This record gives sequence, structure tokens and C-alpha cells, in this order.
Amino acid sequence: MLEIKNLHAEVADRKILQGLDLKVKAGEVHAIMGPNGSGKSTLSYVLAGKDGYTVTEGSVQYQGEDLLALQPEERAAKGVFLAFQYPIEIPGVTTMTFLRTAVNSVRKQRGEAELSTPDFLRFVREKAKDLNIDQEMLKRAVNVGFSGGEKKRNEILQMALLEPKLCVLDETDSGLDIDALKVVADGVNALRSPQRSMIVITHYQRLLDYIVPDVVHIMAKGRIVRTGGPDLAKELEERGYAGIETEIA
Amino acid sequence: MNEVQPIRTDAENAIISRFPDFAKKQSHWGGAEIARERTAAFEILKSKGLPSRRVEEWKYTDLRAMLRDMPSPAEAPSREAVEVAAREKSAIDLSDAFKFLFVNGKNFAMVKAEGFEIYSLANGDKLPKAVSDTLARERKHALNAAVALNTAFMTDATIIHVPAGKRLARPIHLAFRHEGKIAQSSFPRVLIVVEQGASVTIVETQDGPAGVAYFDNALVEIDAGDQAEVNHVRHNNAGGASITLSTLAVRTGHGTKFSSFAMATGGAISRHQMFFDLAGKNAELSVQGATLLRGKQHADNTMIADHMAGGCVGRQLFKTVLDDNSRGVFQGLIIVRPHSQKTDGKMMSSALLLGDDAEMDNKPELEIFADDVQCGHGATVGALDENLLFYLRARGIPRREAEILLIESFVGDAIQHIENERVREALMSCASAWLAERS
Ligand SMILES: Nc1ncnc2c1ncn2[C@@H]1O[C@H](COP(=O)(O)OP(=O)(O)O)[C@@H](O)[C@H]1O
Ligand SMILES: [Mg+2]
Repeated sequence: MLEIKNLHAEVADRKILQGLDLKVKAGEVHAIMGPNGSGKSTLSYVLAGKDGYTVTEGSVQYQGEDLLALQPEERAAKGVFLAFQYPIEIPGVTTMTFLRTAVNSVRKQRGEAELSTPDFLRFVREKAKDLNIDQEMLKRAVNVGFSGGEKKRNEILQMALLEPKLCVLDETDSGLDIDALKVVADGVNALRSPQRSMIVITHYQRLLDYIVPDVVHIMAKGRIVRTGGPDLAKELEERGYAGIETEIA
Repeated sequence: MNEVQPIRTDAENAIISRFPDFAKKQSHWGGAEIARERTAAFEILKSKGLPSRRVEEWKYTDLRAMLRDMPSPAEAPSREAVEVAAREKSAIDLSDAFKFLFVNGKNFAMVKAEGFEIYSLANGDKLPKAVSDTLARERKHALNAAVALNTAFMTDATIIHVPAGKRLARPIHLAFRHEGKIAQSSFPRVLIVVEQGASVTIVETQDGPAGVAYFDNALVEIDAGDQAEVNHVRHNNAGGASITLSTLAVRTGHGTKFSSFAMATGGAISRHQMFFDLAGKNAELSVQGATLLRGKQHADNTMIADHMAGGCVGRQLFKTVLDDNSRGVFQGLIIVRPHSQKTDGKMMSSALLLGDDAEMDNKPELEIFADDVQCGHGATVGALDENLLFYLRARGIPRREAEILLIESFVGDAIQHIENERVREALMSCASAWLAERS
């Protein structure tokens, strides 16, 4: 599904990613853990194709294709989905309009027919219900005045609607209380499938009790420094990032 | 005082040389009163000339430099021209409206008035007291160059009178249309008197041929009585080579609710002036604008809200989208007179620069002489937010469509204030059509 080799990337002339390697097979869920500032969000933006994130070395192959050569919208159409750490507020655009435009844009690029309004509404209602998202929220401008939990649920709703193949979740747990975390985790787990891969970025082990990963990576200073099974997350919780960092230093 | 007279421009010479004959031709109507007003207006123009950027009010729209020549005042259009004009549709065209068709400034309305009355000054119609009282009142903006030009060269004043308590279910549509391939000037003038407790929706549209450098200078005055409710919307879709000036002069009474929306997409150079006199207490004034420009277009929205009485609420929101090397101007002034306590006024102008060479000039001002008031203003100028665009693109929405979505929501923020649903949708489609034409 995804193969990242020796990835180096800069933001505003600062070297952030420094030789990152990562291989994710179809159906696998990988967790990436790391201290603040280690470059986790930078990795997610590089994968989604944000301007200003310059790759200086290395490669990213996605389903056998050079991911870095594609525009953000093409990546989305081909199944890359980034759940943002900080979802953006879009005043004046209702969530419903935004969702419909996104779904139909992606369907068009995938060579599928656009959904009629009633079909789309049925589709959204069904997915929204699973995530405890009420109709009122869909009428409001995208993320404007949403609580932290509502923003994160809205991200997962978009993920469910766009039916991606590679999901990158950037600290989807941050700022959520335990109930909200469960709703989000259930939403994510419902999307797990043998055809779909996930990269779950998190600072805390807590989320991984609910979304159990196949592989856990530890990231520090722009590189993957350790890889292991779910136990690695537990070890990290006990020893803290400081312990791990001294070990690699 | 001895002022140095600058050399007159072609337009100023045209005004001076054409006026005597023109005034003579019009002398058959209006009597001494109109003749006096006309001459006074002309004398202002003659002595001051057209305003240049040195005149503070015209700083960003240098009329003297822009109106190089003033085409000759329009002759009465041919029957064919009127028939053609009658068939044309404007962006806002409401099937149920009372439609007044102005062709090259002259009213060819074939409206059957129901619930209101129509008069013409040129016909010497006998006017009801409410109308003659309004006419007798001194015109505060008589010195304004656009108003003076209209007064000097008016050929009629169409008067619409909505009697007290009448609530017109059907909108009144003033359709200003320029016909023909010859560049001409037109000076339409309309006075609408909406008496106490009456309500009406007024739509103004302005259309004309592309490629004809005509000059249009309309004056619409609305006198809205106590507790009256008036919703006014105008769309400037003038021909691409035209120069248009327009003035909306409004006076509100006690507890009047007045809204005005100004959309501009047309014309090479345009300036829309809005003068609101809040003469009675506790009125509500809501004014919005959406201006969409491209190429070398220049559009100016100039607004003065004069809180002459206390307790009024004023809201102004202007949105300008500027592509290519177009130029937008917003001048807004809120005046609060010394005794106008409890005034609540907020004014905002935001511009979106799409073209690298586009320019916006914002000049919001407050002149507050009362102490117990809440007034504020703001102005922003910026490009589309790349973070917003990225978020949309990361959801599979192509860049161009993402831009359209953001621009639509930017102007939609103003357009959504329009109460009449069909008018609102017509202007929203108009904005969408403008965006679809964007290269
Ligand atoms: N736009 C930017 N400009 C400058 N520095 C940045 C920018 N974005 C991120 N950084 C820096 O890059 C480093 C990694 O940031 P980030 O990828 O957000 O880390 P994480 O998500 O792991 O907390 C940090 O030191 C951060 O300050
Ligand atoms: Mg981060």
C-alpha cells in the first residue's frame, strides 16, 4: 500500500523529516508515536501534499505510484485521507455543502456517477448517526463554533464518506474526553478492512487501547527510531519518551 | 475668494456648452421651481468643475480624470429600441413585479399600479401632499457632483407613492436599460414615497450593451415614513465600456426598517453613492454590498449613514472580489449627531484579492458627537486563505472548485441578508455565473 524510503522534508528552510522509512501493507494499522515536535504532523502533511512542505530526498510509493507527484485532490481521489490534528474552520460553507462537494468531486475523479441529492442525504444520515452527529451540526458552517469533539467526529465522518484506502489520523484523540474518544475509536474501527490501511498518529498510548494497532513505531527527530508490536506502546507508557530517547542517543 | 481655474476638460466643456440648449428644451415642464433647481445645480458644476482626486470624497474615484467626455444627453429612443428593451431580461427579473422600464433614462412603464400610485413631474401630474412635502424639503446632497449632474440634466422625475399602511406583496422593479450603439448620457430620476406603516420591496437593475461608452447617472430617492418597511436591492450590470454613477438618497422615520443591497458586476467605471438620513428614532438600517470585478474594472461604493436621531441600529457589510487588475473602493462614514444617544452602528468592508495587480481602497470613518453610543468599523483586504484551500483539496475538491466554493461563501455572507428569496437566489446565481466565467 505505502512505502516511504529515506524521506527528508523541510518546512520554512528547517529540516524536519530526516531519513524516515515506513512500510504499510494493505489492511494493516500502524501507530506512530513520538514526542511533540518530532515531525509527526509534518509527515502527515507531506503525505497529503500540503504546499510549503518540500521533500528534498527520498520517495513515497503509494499503490505502486509516486505519491509525491500528485496534487492533494488527486491523492484524495486515489484514496489518501488525512484526518487533521487541527481541523480548519470554513465560515460561510455549510458542512452539508462541503461534504457533498467533496464526495461528488472524489466520485467524479474515480469515474463513478455523482450522487443525487436524496441518495447523498441518505448516505450522510446513515454515517452521521453512527458517529452521534446530529442534522443540526451538518447545517452549520464547517467546523465553525464546533467543540473539539465535534471537529474530530466531523473528520471521521468525512473519512467514512470518502471511502479512502489509506487513512492518516493525526492526533485524533487530542482534546477528547473518554466518551468522545470511544465514539471516534468505534467510528475508526468500523472502517477497518483488509483493503484499508491506517496510520494512527498519537502522543499517548490511551487511544491504542481502543484502536489496537498491528505495528507500533516510535518517531523522534524526524525518523522512525523503533518498531515493534502493541507492547511497544505499553513500554513507552512506562518508561516515557525520555527513556526511549536516551536509549537511541 | 479667488480660485485658480484649472483648464476645463472635454467633459466639463460639454456640460457647459450643452446645458443652455438642454435647459431650454426642458423648460416646458416643472415650472419656475424646477428651472431654479436645475440652474443652481448647473452653476455648481460650472464653478467647481468635476471633482478630482483632490476632493476628499472623490479621492479614489477621480471623476474629472475618468469621465473624459460626457456624451450628449440621450434622445427619446425609437419604438423598436423600446420594444427590444422590453423583451430583455435582467439577472433579477421577477415575473410578478411591477416593472418600470427606463430606456436611456426615460420611463416607458406600462405598469398597472395596484395599491400605489405613479406620477410624472414632466407631465405636470397633481401630486398628493406627502409627495409635495418631500419635494419641498431641502436636498442635503445637492452639492454632490453626481446629484448636481442629475439635477441639471434630468428629463423627468418618476414618482411612486405608496400610501400609509399599504403592504405591497409584489415588488417594484426599476429596470434601467441602455439601448443602441451610440454613446449617450442618461439621467433617470425616481422618487419613492413610502408612507407610514407601508411596506415595499424595490429592485433596481441596470443593464446595457457591451462596447458602448455610455454614461448613466441615476438618482433614486426614497422617503420611508414612520414604521414603514422597505427592502431595496440594486444590481449594476451595466455594459463593459460604460461609466455609471448612481445615488440612493434615503430618509427614514421613526421605527422605519430599511434594507439596501448593492450588487455590482458590470461597467468599466462605476460609483454607487448611498446617503442615509436616519431622521426618526429607533430605525433599523441594514446595508450590504457584493462587488465582483475583473479586467480593469473600477467600482466605488460610498456610503454615509447620518444618525440624526437616537436609538437607531445600523449594519453595513460590503464584500468586494477583485480579479486581474481591477480596483475596488469602499468609503463609509457613520455620523452620530450630538443628541443621537443609544446609536448602535457597525460597518465592515472585506475585500478578496484574486489578481496580483488588483487593488482595494477602504476608507471607513466615524464621526461621533454623542457619548452613549456603540459604533465600530473594520476593513480587511486579503487573498484566499491557502490553509482553507488545502483543507478542501485534501478532501478531493479540485483547486478551482475549492476557490469557487470559498469565493461564493465570501460574497454569500453578504447576499444571505437579502430577505426576498427569489432576489437572493438570483444574485447568488449571478455570483456563480461570474465565477464560472473566471479564467
Ligand atoms: N510551518 C512551519 N514553519 C516552521 N517550523 C515548523 C512548521 N511546521 C512545523 N514546524 C516545526 O517542525 C517541527 C515538527 O513539527 P510537527 O510536524 O508539527 O511535529 P509533531 O506533530 O510531531 O508535534 C517542530 O519543531 C515545529 O516547530
Ligand atoms: Mg502534530
